[in-house]
Amino acid sequence: MDIVLTINGRPHHLSVEPRVVLLDALRDRIGLTGTKKGCDQGQCGACTVLIDGQRVLSCFVLAATVTGEITTIEGLAPEGGPLHPMQQAFIEQDALQCGYCTPGQILSAIACVHEGHAGSAEEVREYMSGNLCRCAAYPNIVQAVLQAAPQMDATAGPTSAETV
Amino acid sequence: MKPAPFDYVRAESVHHAVRLLAENKDGARIIAGGQSLMTAMNFRMSSPALLVDIGELEHLRDITLTADARLRIGALTRHADLDASPDIAAHTPLLRKAIRHVAHTAIRNRGTFGGSLSHADPASELPACVMALDATIHIVGPDGDRVVPARHFFTGVHETALGAGEVLVAVELDVIKADEVSGFGEFARRQGDYAMVGLAAHGRIAAGLLTAVDLAFFAVGSTPILARRAAAALVDPATPDPAQRLQRAREALSLDLDPPDDPQSSAAMRMELARVLLGRVVGDMLARGAGA
Repeated sequence: MDIVLTINGRPHHLSVEPRVVLLDALRDRIGLTGTKKGCDQGQCGACTVLIDGQRVLSCFVLAATVTGEITTIEGLAPEGGPLHPMQQAFIEQDALQCGYCTPGQILSAIACVHEGHAGSAEEVREYMSGNLCRCAAYPNIVQAVLQAAPQMDATAGPTSAETV
Repeated sequence: MKPAPFDYVRAESVHHAVRLLAENKDGARIIAGGQSLMTAMNFRMSSPALLVDIGELEHLRDITLTADARLRIGALTRHADLDASPDIAAHTPLLRKAIRHVAHTAIRNRGTFGGSLSHADPASELPACVMALDATIHIVGPDGDRVVPARHFFTGVHETALGAGEVLVAVELDVIKADEVSGFGEFARRQGDYAMVGLAAHGRIAAGLLTAVDLAFFAVGSTPILARRAAAALVDPATPDPAQRLQRAREALSLDLDPPDDPQSSAAMRMELARVLLGRVVGDMLARGAGA
Protein backbone atom coordinates (compact mmCIF):
# COMPACT_ATOMS: atom_id res chain seq x y z
CA MET A 1 0.00 0.00 0.00
CA ASP A 2 1.11 3.57 -0.68
CA ILE A 3 1.80 5.70 2.36
CA VAL A 4 3.36 9.03 3.22
CA LEU A 5 5.51 9.32 6.32
CA THR A 6 6.55 12.73 7.58
CA ILE A 7 9.97 12.22 9.12
CA ASN A 8 12.06 15.01 10.60
CA GLY A 9 9.92 17.54 8.76
CA ARG A 10 10.17 15.92 5.32
CA PRO A 11 7.51 13.79 3.59
CA HIS A 12 8.59 10.36 2.35
CA HIS A 13 6.41 8.48 -0.16
CA LEU A 14 6.63 4.72 0.22
CA SER A 15 4.95 1.63 -1.08
CA VAL A 16 4.98 -0.94 1.73
CA GLU A 17 3.33 -4.18 2.71
CA PRO A 18 0.90 -3.64 5.58
CA ARG A 19 3.10 -5.79 7.82
CA VAL A 20 6.06 -3.41 7.70
CA VAL A 21 6.63 -1.86 11.11
CA LEU A 22 7.80 1.73 11.37
CA LEU A 23 11.24 0.61 12.59
CA ASP A 24 11.89 -1.44 9.43
CA ALA A 25 10.50 1.30 7.19
CA LEU A 26 12.88 3.83 8.76
CA ARG A 27 15.95 1.62 8.58
CA ASP A 28 15.50 -0.51 5.48
CA ARG A 29 13.38 1.66 3.22
CA ILE A 30 14.39 5.22 4.06
CA GLY A 31 17.93 4.54 5.22
CA LEU A 32 17.60 6.23 8.59
CA THR A 33 19.58 3.64 10.51
CA GLY A 34 20.03 5.73 13.63
CA THR A 35 16.94 4.06 15.10
CA LYS A 36 18.07 0.67 16.41
CA LYS A 37 16.40 -2.72 16.45
CA GLY A 38 16.80 -4.44 19.79
CA CYS A 39 14.17 -6.94 20.81
CA ASP A 40 11.08 -6.52 18.58
CA GLN A 41 8.95 -7.08 21.66
CA GLY A 42 8.76 -3.75 23.41
CA GLN A 43 11.17 -4.61 26.18
CA CYS A 44 14.32 -2.66 25.38
CA GLY A 45 13.42 0.82 24.07
CA ALA A 46 16.24 0.89 21.47
CA CYS A 47 13.72 1.68 18.71
CA THR A 48 12.11 4.65 20.50
CA VAL A 49 11.09 7.52 18.18
CA LEU A 50 8.73 10.45 18.65
CA ILE A 51 5.36 10.70 16.92
CA ASP A 52 3.85 14.17 17.35
CA GLY A 53 6.30 14.61 20.20
CA GLN A 54 5.23 11.49 22.07
CA ARG A 55 7.69 8.66 22.54
CA VAL A 56 6.64 5.37 20.98
CA LEU A 57 8.31 2.08 20.18
CA SER A 58 8.74 1.92 16.40
CA CYS A 59 8.87 -1.90 16.46
CA PHE A 60 5.28 -1.87 17.72
CA VAL A 61 3.80 0.54 15.20
CA LEU A 62 2.79 -0.48 11.71
CA ALA A 63 4.13 2.11 9.26
CA ALA A 64 0.76 2.19 7.53
CA THR A 65 -0.97 3.34 10.72
CA VAL A 66 1.20 6.41 11.30
CA THR A 67 -0.43 9.74 10.51
CA GLY A 68 1.60 12.01 12.81
CA GLU A 69 5.02 13.64 12.47
CA ILE A 70 7.91 11.34 13.22
CA THR A 71 11.15 12.53 14.82
CA THR A 72 14.20 10.28 14.78
CA ILE A 73 17.71 10.80 16.15
CA GLU A 74 18.76 12.14 12.72
CA GLY A 75 16.27 15.00 13.05
CA LEU A 76 17.42 16.46 16.34
CA ALA A 77 20.21 18.69 15.05
CA PRO A 78 21.10 20.19 11.67
CA GLU A 79 24.03 18.68 9.76
CA GLY A 80 27.19 20.34 11.07
CA GLY A 81 25.18 22.57 13.43
CA PRO A 82 25.01 22.55 17.21
CA LEU A 83 23.73 19.37 18.79
CA HIS A 84 20.44 19.13 20.64
CA PRO A 85 21.03 19.90 24.34
CA MET A 86 20.22 16.28 25.16
CA GLN A 87 22.79 14.96 22.67
CA GLN A 88 25.39 17.39 24.05
CA ALA A 89 24.59 16.32 27.61
CA PHE A 90 25.02 12.64 26.73
CA ILE A 91 28.50 13.44 25.40
CA GLU A 92 29.48 15.63 28.34
CA GLN A 93 28.21 13.14 30.93
CA ASP A 94 29.75 10.17 29.08
CA ALA A 95 26.30 8.59 29.12
CA LEU A 96 27.12 5.69 26.80
CA GLN A 97 29.61 2.96 26.15
CA CYS A 98 28.72 0.90 23.08
CA GLY A 99 26.10 3.44 21.98
CA TYR A 100 23.54 0.98 20.62
CA CYS A 101 20.78 2.09 22.99
CA THR A 102 21.73 5.77 22.78
CA PRO A 103 19.39 7.01 20.01
CA GLY A 104 16.43 5.49 21.86
CA GLN A 105 17.69 6.83 25.18
CA ILE A 106 18.04 10.36 23.80
CA LEU A 107 14.57 10.46 22.19
CA SER A 108 13.04 8.95 25.30
CA ALA A 109 14.90 11.49 27.43
CA ILE A 110 13.63 14.42 25.36
CA ALA A 111 10.06 13.18 25.77
CA CYS A 112 10.71 12.57 29.46
CA VAL A 113 11.66 16.24 29.90
CA HIS A 114 8.69 17.50 27.88
CA GLU A 115 6.33 15.31 29.90
CA GLY A 116 7.62 17.05 33.02
CA HIS A 117 9.19 13.89 34.41
CA ALA A 118 12.76 15.11 34.81
CA GLY A 119 12.38 16.88 38.15
CA SER A 120 14.69 14.63 40.15
CA ALA A 121 17.09 11.75 39.68
CA GLU A 122 14.48 9.41 41.11
CA GLU A 123 11.84 10.60 38.66
CA VAL A 124 14.25 10.32 35.71
CA ARG A 125 15.13 6.76 36.74
CA GLU A 126 11.42 5.84 36.88
CA TYR A 127 10.43 7.49 33.60
CA MET A 128 13.52 6.32 31.68
CA SER A 129 13.10 2.75 32.90
CA GLY A 130 11.67 1.57 29.57
CA ASN A 131 15.07 2.08 27.92
CA LEU A 132 17.60 -0.59 28.74
CA CYS A 133 21.36 -0.07 28.59
CA ARG A 134 23.25 -3.34 28.70
CA CYS A 135 26.51 -1.46 29.30
CA ALA A 136 24.76 -0.08 32.40
CA ALA A 137 25.61 3.57 31.81
CA TYR A 138 22.52 4.38 33.84
CA PRO A 139 24.04 6.80 36.40
CA ASN A 140 25.52 8.89 33.58
CA ILE A 141 22.29 8.78 31.59
CA VAL A 142 20.39 10.12 34.60
CA GLN A 143 22.97 12.91 34.98
CA ALA A 144 22.69 13.75 31.27
CA VAL A 145 18.90 14.05 31.45
CA LEU A 146 19.16 16.24 34.53
CA GLN A 147 21.78 18.42 32.81
CA ALA A 148 19.76 18.91 29.61
CA ALA A 149 16.35 19.41 31.22
CA PRO A 150 16.75 23.07 32.24
CA GLN A 151 18.34 23.87 28.86
CA MET A 152 15.31 22.66 26.97
CA ASP A 153 12.37 25.02 26.73
CA ALA A 154 9.73 23.05 28.61
CA THR A 155 6.90 24.68 26.67
CA ALA A 156 8.11 23.94 23.13
CA GLY A 157 7.22 20.67 21.48
CA PRO A 158 10.19 18.53 20.50
CA THR A 159 9.04 18.28 16.90
CA SER A 160 8.95 21.99 16.10
CA ALA A 161 11.90 24.24 16.81
CA GLU A 162 14.23 21.42 17.70
CA THR A 163 13.71 19.65 14.40
CA VAL A 164 15.46 20.78 11.25
CA MET B 1 11.24 -11.12 13.30
CA LYS B 2 8.52 -9.80 11.03
CA PRO B 3 4.80 -10.52 11.13
CA ALA B 4 3.34 -12.95 8.59
CA PRO B 5 1.66 -11.15 5.66
CA PHE B 6 -1.83 -9.78 6.22
CA ASP B 7 -4.30 -7.38 4.66
CA TYR B 8 -5.00 -4.10 6.38
CA VAL B 9 -8.10 -1.92 6.44
CA ARG B 10 -8.59 1.29 8.38
CA ALA B 11 -12.15 1.15 9.71
CA GLU B 12 -14.28 4.25 9.11
CA SER B 13 -16.78 3.46 11.84
CA VAL B 14 -17.50 0.83 14.47
CA HIS B 15 -20.13 -0.69 12.19
CA HIS B 16 -17.63 -0.80 9.34
CA ALA B 17 -15.27 -2.71 11.63
CA VAL B 18 -18.03 -5.09 12.70
CA ARG B 19 -18.92 -5.73 9.04
CA LEU B 20 -15.29 -6.43 8.13
CA LEU B 21 -14.97 -8.87 11.03
CA ALA B 22 -18.19 -10.61 9.95
CA GLU B 23 -17.00 -10.92 6.35
CA ASN B 24 -13.67 -12.43 7.43
CA LYS B 25 -14.85 -14.71 10.18
CA ASP B 26 -11.75 -16.58 11.27
CA GLY B 27 -8.88 -14.54 10.00
CA ALA B 28 -9.65 -10.96 11.06
CA ARG B 29 -8.52 -9.16 14.17
CA ILE B 30 -9.02 -5.66 15.52
CA ILE B 31 -5.90 -3.56 16.04
CA ALA B 32 -5.92 -0.37 18.09
CA GLY B 33 -2.71 0.60 19.87
CA GLY B 34 -1.09 -2.67 18.88
CA GLN B 35 1.08 -2.83 21.99
CA SER B 36 0.20 -6.45 22.72
CA LEU B 37 -0.87 -7.66 19.29
CA MET B 38 2.32 -6.49 17.56
CA THR B 39 4.51 -8.59 19.87
CA ALA B 40 2.36 -11.62 19.21
CA MET B 41 2.53 -10.93 15.47
CA ASN B 42 6.26 -10.12 15.42
CA PHE B 43 6.84 -13.54 16.98
CA ARG B 44 4.17 -15.19 14.79
CA MET B 45 2.17 -16.34 17.76
CA SER B 46 -0.72 -14.59 16.02
CA SER B 47 -1.06 -14.45 12.22
CA PRO B 48 -4.36 -12.80 11.29
CA ALA B 49 -5.23 -12.64 7.58
CA LEU B 50 -6.81 -9.20 8.02
CA LEU B 51 -6.14 -6.42 10.49
CA VAL B 52 -9.01 -4.01 11.04
CA ASP B 53 -7.53 -0.79 12.42
CA ILE B 54 -9.93 1.14 14.66
CA GLY B 55 -7.18 3.51 15.82
CA GLU B 56 -8.59 6.50 13.93
CA LEU B 57 -12.09 6.31 15.47
CA GLU B 58 -11.41 9.27 17.74
CA HIS B 59 -14.89 9.29 19.29
CA LEU B 60 -13.98 6.02 21.01
CA ARG B 61 -11.34 7.95 22.98
CA ASP B 62 -13.75 10.05 25.08
CA ILE B 63 -14.04 9.94 28.85
CA THR B 64 -17.48 11.23 29.88
CA LEU B 65 -19.64 11.45 32.98
CA THR B 66 -23.06 9.98 32.20
CA ALA B 67 -26.39 11.33 33.47
CA ASP B 68 -26.60 8.54 36.05
CA ALA B 69 -23.23 9.49 37.61
CA ARG B 70 -21.20 6.81 35.92
CA LEU B 71 -17.93 7.27 34.11
CA ARG B 72 -17.88 6.07 30.51
CA ILE B 73 -14.40 5.40 29.18
CA GLY B 74 -14.02 4.85 25.44
CA ALA B 75 -12.17 1.75 24.33
CA LEU B 76 -9.47 3.77 22.54
CA THR B 77 -8.54 5.75 25.65
CA ARG B 78 -4.76 5.45 25.86
CA HIS B 79 -3.07 4.35 29.07
CA ALA B 80 -1.38 7.78 29.04
CA ASP B 81 -4.86 9.40 28.84
CA LEU B 82 -5.98 7.46 31.91
CA ASP B 83 -2.87 8.66 33.72
CA ALA B 84 -3.39 12.32 32.74
CA SER B 85 -7.19 12.64 32.92
CA PRO B 86 -8.51 14.77 35.83
CA ASP B 87 -11.81 12.84 35.56
CA ILE B 88 -10.04 9.53 36.09
CA ALA B 89 -8.03 10.93 39.02
CA ALA B 90 -11.17 12.35 40.67
CA HIS B 91 -13.72 9.66 39.91
CA THR B 92 -11.86 6.36 39.63
CA PRO B 93 -8.45 6.73 41.25
CA LEU B 94 -7.88 2.96 41.11
CA LEU B 95 -7.23 3.15 37.36
CA ARG B 96 -4.66 5.89 37.85
CA LYS B 97 -2.85 3.88 40.51
CA ALA B 98 -2.83 0.82 38.28
CA ILE B 99 -1.66 2.53 35.11
CA ARG B 100 1.67 3.45 36.73
CA HIS B 101 2.42 -0.27 36.75
CA VAL B 102 1.57 -0.85 33.07
CA ALA B 103 4.84 -1.19 31.16
CA HIS B 104 6.58 2.14 30.38
CA THR B 105 5.67 5.54 28.97
CA ALA B 106 6.28 4.68 25.30
CA ILE B 107 3.88 1.76 25.54
CA ARG B 108 1.36 3.74 27.60
CA ASN B 109 1.30 6.37 24.83
CA ARG B 110 -0.10 3.83 22.35
CA GLY B 111 -1.73 1.05 24.35
CA THR B 112 -5.50 1.36 24.81
CA PHE B 113 -7.90 0.52 27.64
CA GLY B 114 -10.18 -1.54 25.38
CA GLY B 115 -7.23 -3.29 23.81
CA SER B 116 -5.86 -4.36 27.18
CA LEU B 117 -9.26 -5.72 28.24
CA SER B 118 -9.86 -7.53 24.93
CA HIS B 119 -6.36 -9.01 24.99
CA ALA B 120 -7.14 -10.43 28.46
CA ASP B 121 -3.59 -11.20 29.50
CA PRO B 122 -3.77 -12.89 32.92
CA ALA B 123 -0.90 -10.70 34.15
CA SER B 124 -2.54 -7.42 33.05
CA GLU B 125 -3.55 -4.78 35.56
CA LEU B 126 -6.66 -3.31 33.93
CA PRO B 127 -8.80 -6.48 33.73
CA ALA B 128 -8.42 -6.85 37.51
CA CYS B 129 -9.35 -3.19 38.01
CA VAL B 130 -12.61 -3.42 36.07
CA MET B 131 -13.49 -6.57 38.02
CA ALA B 132 -12.77 -4.91 41.37
CA LEU B 133 -14.87 -1.91 40.31
CA ASP B 134 -17.72 -4.11 39.02
CA ALA B 135 -17.62 -2.20 35.73
CA THR B 136 -19.68 -3.01 32.65
CA ILE B 137 -18.22 -3.77 29.23
CA HIS B 138 -20.07 -2.25 26.27
CA ILE B 139 -19.93 -4.20 23.04
CA VAL B 140 -21.11 -3.63 19.48
CA GLY B 141 -21.59 -6.63 17.23
CA PRO B 142 -23.42 -7.90 14.16
CA ASP B 143 -26.57 -8.48 16.23
CA GLY B 144 -26.50 -5.04 17.85
CA ASP B 145 -25.24 -3.67 21.15
CA ARG B 146 -24.89 -5.54 24.41
CA VAL B 147 -23.49 -5.02 27.88
CA VAL B 148 -21.52 -7.64 29.81
CA PRO B 149 -20.55 -7.27 33.48
CA ALA B 150 -16.75 -7.17 33.76
CA ARG B 151 -16.98 -10.03 36.23
CA HIS B 152 -18.34 -12.23 33.44
CA PHE B 153 -16.16 -10.87 30.66
CA PHE B 154 -12.88 -12.70 31.23
CA THR B 155 -13.19 -16.40 30.46
CA GLY B 156 -9.63 -17.67 30.07
CA VAL B 157 -6.06 -16.87 29.04
CA HIS B 158 -6.54 -14.28 26.25
CA GLU B 159 -10.22 -15.32 26.13
CA THR B 160 -13.24 -13.12 26.74
CA ALA B 161 -17.00 -13.00 26.27
CA LEU B 162 -16.46 -11.15 22.97
CA GLY B 163 -18.10 -13.19 20.22
CA ALA B 164 -17.27 -13.38 16.53
CA GLY B 165 -17.51 -9.97 14.93
CA GLU B 166 -17.89 -8.10 18.20
CA VAL B 167 -15.97 -4.96 19.18
CA LEU B 168 -15.48 -3.63 22.70
CA VAL B 169 -16.38 0.09 22.49
CA ALA B 170 -16.50 1.37 26.08
CA VAL B 171 -16.37 0.62 29.79
CA GLU B 172 -18.72 2.13 32.35
CA LEU B 173 -18.21 2.23 36.08
CA ASP B 174 -19.62 3.97 39.15
CA VAL B 175 -17.73 7.06 40.26
CA ILE B 176 -16.01 6.70 43.64
CA LYS B 177 -18.20 7.78 46.58
CA ALA B 178 -17.13 9.76 49.64
CA ASP B 179 -16.95 6.68 51.88
CA GLU B 180 -15.11 4.49 49.36
CA VAL B 181 -11.42 3.78 48.93
CA SER B 182 -9.37 1.84 46.41
CA GLY B 183 -5.97 0.23 46.58
CA PHE B 184 -3.53 -1.32 44.15
CA GLY B 185 -0.25 -3.18 44.32
CA GLU B 186 1.80 -5.71 42.45
CA PHE B 187 5.05 -7.60 42.59
CA ALA B 188 7.15 -7.66 39.44
CA ARG B 189 10.83 -8.38 38.87
CA ARG B 190 11.28 -4.80 37.71
CA GLN B 191 8.89 -1.84 37.64
CA GLY B 192 6.87 -2.17 34.42
CA ASP B 193 7.48 -5.88 33.95
CA TYR B 194 4.65 -8.41 33.93
CA ALA B 195 3.28 -8.93 37.40
CA MET B 196 4.11 -12.07 39.37
CA VAL B 197 1.12 -11.27 41.61
CA GLY B 198 -1.10 -8.21 41.62
CA LEU B 199 -4.13 -6.93 43.50
CA ALA B 200 -6.76 -4.32 42.63
CA ALA B 201 -9.10 -3.56 45.53
CA HIS B 202 -12.08 -1.32 46.07
CA GLY B 203 -14.10 -0.98 49.26
CA ARG B 204 -16.09 1.10 51.71
CA ILE B 205 -14.82 2.40 55.03
CA ALA B 206 -16.64 3.41 58.21
CA ALA B 207 -14.95 4.27 61.51
CA GLY B 208 -11.57 3.00 60.34
CA LEU B 209 -12.89 -0.41 59.31
CA LEU B 210 -13.74 -1.84 55.92
CA THR B 211 -17.48 -2.47 55.61
CA ALA B 212 -17.34 -3.83 52.07
CA VAL B 213 -14.46 -4.77 49.81
CA ASP B 214 -13.77 -6.43 46.48
CA LEU B 215 -10.34 -7.97 45.94
CA ALA B 216 -9.35 -8.80 42.36
CA PHE B 217 -6.04 -10.69 42.26
CA PHE B 218 -4.24 -11.11 38.94
CA ALA B 219 -1.36 -13.18 37.56
CA VAL B 220 -2.51 -15.99 39.87
CA GLY B 221 -4.73 -17.83 37.37
CA SER B 222 -6.04 -17.74 33.83
CA THR B 223 -8.25 -14.71 34.59
CA PRO B 224 -8.35 -12.16 37.43
CA ILE B 225 -9.86 -13.81 40.50
CA LEU B 226 -12.19 -12.24 43.07
CA ALA B 227 -11.00 -13.41 46.48
CA ARG B 228 -14.42 -13.68 48.08
CA ARG B 229 -13.51 -15.54 51.28
CA ALA B 230 -10.64 -13.19 52.07
CA ALA B 231 -12.93 -10.25 51.36
CA ALA B 232 -15.57 -11.65 53.72
CA ALA B 233 -12.97 -11.99 56.49
CA LEU B 234 -11.88 -8.37 56.00
CA VAL B 235 -15.40 -7.05 56.64
CA ASP B 236 -16.51 -9.60 59.24
CA PRO B 237 -18.50 -7.64 61.87
CA ALA B 238 -17.78 -10.39 64.43
CA THR B 239 -14.09 -9.41 64.35
CA PRO B 240 -13.68 -5.80 65.50
CA ASP B 241 -9.86 -5.73 65.37
CA PRO B 242 -8.52 -4.80 61.88
CA ALA B 243 -5.26 -6.70 62.45
CA GLN B 244 -7.20 -9.85 63.33
CA ARG B 245 -9.42 -9.39 60.29
CA LEU B 246 -6.35 -9.15 58.10
CA GLN B 247 -4.84 -12.26 59.64
CA ARG B 248 -8.04 -14.23 58.95
CA ALA B 249 -8.17 -12.84 55.41
CA ARG B 250 -4.60 -13.96 54.75
CA GLU B 251 -5.51 -17.46 55.93
CA ALA B 252 -8.69 -17.48 53.83
CA LEU B 253 -6.71 -16.53 50.75
CA SER B 254 -5.54 -20.12 50.25
CA LEU B 255 -9.22 -21.05 49.71
CA ASP B 256 -9.67 -18.32 47.11
CA LEU B 257 -6.47 -18.69 45.09
CA ASP B 258 -4.73 -21.69 43.55
CA PRO B 259 -1.85 -20.09 41.66
CA PRO B 260 0.07 -22.12 39.07
CA ASP B 261 3.77 -22.95 39.02
CA ASP B 262 5.72 -21.28 36.27
CA PRO B 263 9.38 -20.60 35.50
CA GLN B 264 9.14 -17.18 37.14
CA SER B 265 7.83 -18.30 40.50
CA SER B 266 6.49 -21.38 42.22
CA ALA B 267 2.86 -21.67 43.32
CA ALA B 268 3.94 -21.45 46.97
CA MET B 269 5.92 -18.29 46.31
CA ARG B 270 2.97 -16.70 44.47
CA MET B 271 0.67 -17.59 47.36
CA GLU B 272 3.03 -16.01 49.86
CA LEU B 273 3.39 -12.89 47.70
CA ALA B 274 -0.42 -12.66 47.45
CA ARG B 275 -0.66 -12.72 51.26
CA VAL B 276 2.01 -10.04 51.61
CA LEU B 277 0.30 -7.93 48.96
CA LEU B 278 -3.07 -8.26 50.67
CA GLY B 279 -1.56 -6.89 53.87
CA ARG B 280 0.15 -4.00 52.11
CA VAL B 281 -2.81 -2.96 49.96
CA VAL B 282 -5.38 -3.21 52.77
CA GLY B 283 -3.00 -1.41 55.14
CA ASP B 284 -2.61 1.36 52.59
CA MET B 285 -6.40 1.64 52.11
CA LEU B 286 -7.04 1.89 55.84
CA ALA B 287 -4.21 4.38 56.30
CA ARG B 288 -5.44 6.67 53.54
CA GLY B 289 -9.10 6.44 54.48
CA ALA B 290 -12.14 7.04 52.32
CA GLY B 291 -12.31 9.09 49.13
CA ALA B 292 -9.08 8.11 47.38
